[in-house]
Amino acid sequence: MNIVVPIKFVPDPVEDLQIDPSSGLLDRSFLRLIPSELDEHALEQALILKERHGGTVTVVACDTGDVDETLFTALARGADRAVKITGDDFQQGIGSRRMAAIIHAAISGEPCDLVLTGTQALDDMDGFVGALLAERMGVPYIGYVTKVEIAGNKAAVRKEYPGGLNAEIETALPAVLGIQAAEKPPRYVVTAKVMEAMKSRRIDEKPGEDPGEPFTFPDLRMALPEPARRAEMLDGSPAQVAQKIVALLRERGLVG
Amino acid sequence: MSGEICVVAEVVRGELTEQTFVSLAAGRKLAGALGCRLAAVMLGADVAPLAAALGAADRVLAVEHPLLADFNPEAALLAAESAVRAAGARACIFCHTASGMDLACGVAHRLGAPVVACCRDFTAADGQARYVAVTCGGKIIVEGTLPGPVCVVTVMPGVLRAEQGRSDRTPPVERISPPAGMESVRTKFRGWIDPPAGDVDISRQNILVSVGRGIQKKENIALAERLAAALGGVVTGSRPIIDQGWLPPTRLVGKSGKQVRPRLYLAVGISGAPEHMEGVPAAELMIGINTDARAPIFDAAHYGATCDAVQLMPALAAALGK
Repeated sequence: MNIVVPIKFVPDPVEDLQIDPSSGLLDRSFLRLIPSELDEHALEQALILKERHGGTVTVVACDTGDVDETLFTALARGADRAVKITGDDFQQGIGSRRMAAIIHAAISGEPCDLVLTGTQALDDMDGFVGALLAERMGVPYIGYVTKVEIAGNKAAVRKEYPGGLNAEIETALPAVLGIQAAEKPPRYVVTAKVMEAMKSRRIDEKPGEDPGEPFTFPDLRMALPEPARRAEMLDGSPAQVAQKIVALLRERGLVG
Repeated sequence: MSGEICVVAEVVRGELTEQTFVSLAAGRKLAGALGCRLAAVMLGADVAPLAAALGAADRVLAVEHPLLADFNPEAALLAAESAVRAAGARACIFCHTASGMDLACGVAHRLGAPVVACCRDFTAADGQARYVAVTCGGKIIVEGTLPGPVCVVTVMPGVLRAEQGRSDRTPPVERISPPAGMESVRTKFRGWIDPPAGDVDISRQNILVSVGRGIQKKENIALAERLAAALGGVVTGSRPIIDQGWLPPTRLVGKSGKQVRPRLYLAVGISGAPEHMEGVPAAELMIGINTDARAPIFDAAHYGATCDAVQLMPALAAALGK
């Protein structure tokens, strides 16, 4: 079982995002990029499957954000191989469509029974990497997956629907699965192990092949939403805000 | 007819989803902006019982095949592609949901069309259609001209009222032969798995203290538990909290979890991403606590404060005198 996990870098959701007024796009000059949370779940699911069935896990990421640290961390967690796709313009952002094309070019010819990736990423605007990659590979895609069982040349997956409903779907391999959550939360790895991986392991580099896919749409403009369009804001210290909330709750008979 | 807008209906366990009607409402707006007709695409083993509800569309294009009885991603993709091609669609709308998201990119790739994900509205300007979409968990609004000549879009849940996508009219239904290739589909639908029972039913609770990423670490769940106890409510959470294992899946509010309609929804350290807000269609009083004044939670909440969640929770528990 050879599993490939592509990792997308997305803006850190806890950071303040700003728009560059000249381009009308996300201001990337001070933007902190982190690996997509659902891709971390995809990696965890891949490691779980490797532990169960043997095989290899290969992590692939474009050269952006703290890619080296992310890839060494993946190796420290148990991945067998890390591939960094190099290119000079990835800092400017990589659309899902372009990323799917780049990843496809990078993994063509590699042994691959299964691709696991996040169902979606925080900054997706032009599609979802897993579904687009599956099309390029000509293999089935199933997203919103929360459980994967392998039997022979098939995978039985649990696909999540609203309200706790799930469907069980079976697919022949190879296939691409969009992971919504791994069976367990992503494993923690201590810094010492990452440091050790940095010394003893290596990251393979492959030049990115420009697939000629456009990054954005012609006249796309971004804006920040207007602050607090509906909520009446309560000011003050936490203690003062707490007093105001208690008054609101009392007014409505929500507390005694 | 060329240049139609196609909305691909979503069926889960034999029922059209609410989101199908939201997407039809969006399709209606888009068809109006472009001055073209609206078609609903319906896939199933026997579409007749459900197709009649799609009267907001000018016609229903149906593909019937045993493999389409329940959602089989590979079979549905083949069928959706053939219906959209038959319609000669200008734009094809999918629900931004578990099944719509599986299909949108595949159809787009096969048509050589771009995808505009996470749309929340369509407008018209100078005879052209424009999209309004969200990204980065609703923290950024994206706008532009709808790309052409053909494009695929996903419409976020709940962005328009479902009633606007319903009609008493009975639409004409045109059946399209299932495409070649259905016989060699590699995926198989095996069955539905019901949600597990047990724990409190959060959809029946009056008071919810709901926590998100802003509580920073697992140990702070205890602060939320103390606050919930002081309020006589229970603790729920957004997706990252459940995926980290800080709360059990029975406490998940949002797209993949439960819909709640409490009297009080106290959202602590929750940004209010669309996937989360889908789970809170109504609350008598919603209060949002988030350090980011632009967080989308303040669009939904009645009251808000930008203080630190970790400081607010004990302060509020203390102010309640317990």
